[in-house]
Amino acid sequence: MPSLRAFLEWLAATPWSIALLESRYVWPLVESTHVLTLALFVGTAAMNDLRLLGITLMRAPASDVTGRLLRVTRRAFAVMVTTGLLLFYSNPVHYYHNVFFRIKLLLLIVAGLNVWLFHGRIHRRVTQWDLDPVPPRAARVAGAVSLLAWAAIVVAGRMIAYNWFDCELQPQRAFVNWAAGCVAGEH
Amino acid sequence: MLPFFEWCEATWLGTAVRESIWAFPVIEAVHLLGLSLLGGSLLIVDLRMLGIGLTRQPIALLARDARPWLLAAIAVMILTGVPLFLSEAVKCYYSTPFRVKVIALPLALVYTFVVRERVAQQPALETSRRSRAAGAVSIALWLTVAAAGRWIGYS
Repeated sequence: MPSLRAFLEWLAATPWSIALLESRYVWPLVESTHVLTLALFVGTAAMNDLRLLGITLMRAPASDVTGRLLRVTRRAFAVMVTTGLLLFYSNPVHYYHNVFFRIKLLLLIVAGLNVWLFHGRIHRRVTQWDLDPVPPRAARVAGAVSLLAWAAIVVAGRMIAYNWFDCELQPQRAFVNWAAGCVAGEH
Repeated sequence: MLPFFEWCEATWLGTAVRESIWAFPVIEAVHLLGLSLLGGSLLIVDLRMLGIGLTRQPIALLARDARPWLLAAIAVMILTGVPLFLSEAVKCYYSTPFRVKVIALPLALVYTFVVRERVAQQPALETSRRSRAAGAVSIALWLTVAAAGRWIGYS
């Protein structure tokens, strides 16, 4: 997608993007906020998933957890998205060609679809199994998928910081160059 | 003190982690997964003490349910944190954030398992000034540990 690349190159050249990337304290502050909010966001999401799996908070109604706890999770997610977008904005072309960033985006889609399926279908009948210590199979599967997806997203996110598969570091395997969308002859 | 840190860095585990390309990032990623679980199991209780989140559940019940996950998370954090430290012990010796973390961590642990645990035993549904204070102090202490931990990487 050359048009997307062109847009990201334009984005990278904007003064705010350059200032953010070069800033001594703002960038680490944004990144720290991204990492520390993980404890709140993935933490509360994981407790919700564990409730869906029927292995913790079993005496609390499932709807109480999905209602009240996920309200906190959603706010934390807003912080994750805001700080994440800022980090991406600080170096868009670099992240665009980062294999782990691409993996993370794909996994985010998986997690998003799972949320959509869970709230659109499974959670609609929550009154039928609200007080069950162990929810029905569909809810347990949604909980397991969420738990695994977010764990993988955390790992992929952490790996973005490493340059093993960067386009700048040639030669790379053909598969890596394809996955990172490296442009031949550019580096 | 410095010779001890130098000895740490020379241990076979420290050397192995330092010399591997993958070991440090992989252990670090697991450290972050531990942080997520620690955050979840700790914050549902802390927030509850502040009157946020699962407010229909008694604090004591939440604390009891979260406890095994909290212990597991702390175990993961220590088991992954130690090899990360060993691999760059001398850098840690000179790092101010590391010193902050090393002081704040035992404080946070003692506070959680001595003070907060006692406060969390209240069976009532309402939060009290005591529970709100305990929740706020717990969050502040653990936030210091986590922020200092992240800042070791920038120094």
